[in-house]
Amino acid sequence: MNKSFLQGIRHGLPIALGYLSVSFAFGMKALSAGLTVLQAVLISMTNLTSAGQVAALPLMAAGAPLAEMALTQLTINLRYALMSLSLSRKLDGSMGTLQRMIFSFANTDEIFAVASSQPGKVGKHYLYGLILTPWFGWTLGTLLGAAAGTLLPAFVRSALGIALYGMFLAIILPPARKWKPIRNVIAMAVLLSLCFRYIPGLNTVSPGFAIILCAVPAAALGAALYPAREEEQE
Amino acid sequence: MKWSVFLPYLAVTAGVTYLIRMLPMTLFRKEIKSRFIRSFLTYIPYTVLGAMTFPDVLYSTGDMRTAICGVAVAVILAWRGRSLLTVALAACCAVALAQGALLLF
Repeated sequence: MNKSFLQGIRHGLPIALGYLSVSFAFGMKALSAGLTVLQAVLISMTNLTSAGQVAALPLMAAGAPLAEMALTQLTINLRYALMSLSLSRKLDGSMGTLQRMIFSFANTDEIFAVASSQPGKVGKHYLYGLILTPWFGWTLGTLLGAAAGTLLPAFVRSALGIALYGMFLAIILPPARKWKPIRNVIAMAVLLSLCFRYIPGLNTVSPGFAIILCAVPAAALGAALYPAREEEQE
Repeated sequence: MKWSVFLPYLAVTAGVTYLIRMLPMTLFRKEIKSRFIRSFLTYIPYTVLGAMTFPDVLYSTGDMRTAICGVAVAVILAWRGRSLLTVALAACCAVALAQGALLLF
């Protein structure tokens, strides 16, 4: 077994664990929206995005026009364009066009975050390892949630709910401790995020769009105030 | 849901999501010269994850008190540089313990 592939698998495991719990909830939701177990699983296998999939369910149930569905997905998932653009710089020579076309399918928030936090460039073995278990976790969780959602004890389900966020914190805090600019851009983004959650009017903005409106201004202001040094970019 | 209704939706959601992810990664391959844009792209992962974590994490367990226990444990361990899996599992255990404690007292 290739060493970087195994390292990718190891880094993907906590993501898969988090996905299992989130997609479990999606599977249950999909069934109550009128989908079959197979349909719920197919969505997860082909979309691999929590916010987009959850937003798609009421539109499907209501028989919304396909154009509205496309626009909703575009808005909610637009952050992935930024992530793909950002991650594009981290890929080494082993990532040709075909590899990029395969890997980008699975460029989720978490996979992006883990891949970008790696030192130096990343290659195809590591990345394929990294996306393998999360994809299985996402699919399996959906299947379990759709087929047997009510069987898991409630306390287990709610405890699993925090797994993804624990992982996010493990990704952003070590560099935040080291570099003040990163600490400050995170603080700005969180402040904006709190505004979009609690200020009347702003809290009607859809979750996918709100993330863009928090992350882009905070990162842009950060880039203007603190041009990144080379070591932070590797 | 009828397959004739479902399949077009599946194609649209999967297709749009894939193109958003695939095109920027496949088409933009040159080193970016602008220091501003390089800095912006360096900070984007952190601002996206920060905005996604707060305040959503407080609602992730169904009870803000247990969520705060989980966040506290995660922040302490993450600050000390523990691995992703350690931090994620410890946060889950903290939430489970907090749930148990709330049942007892």
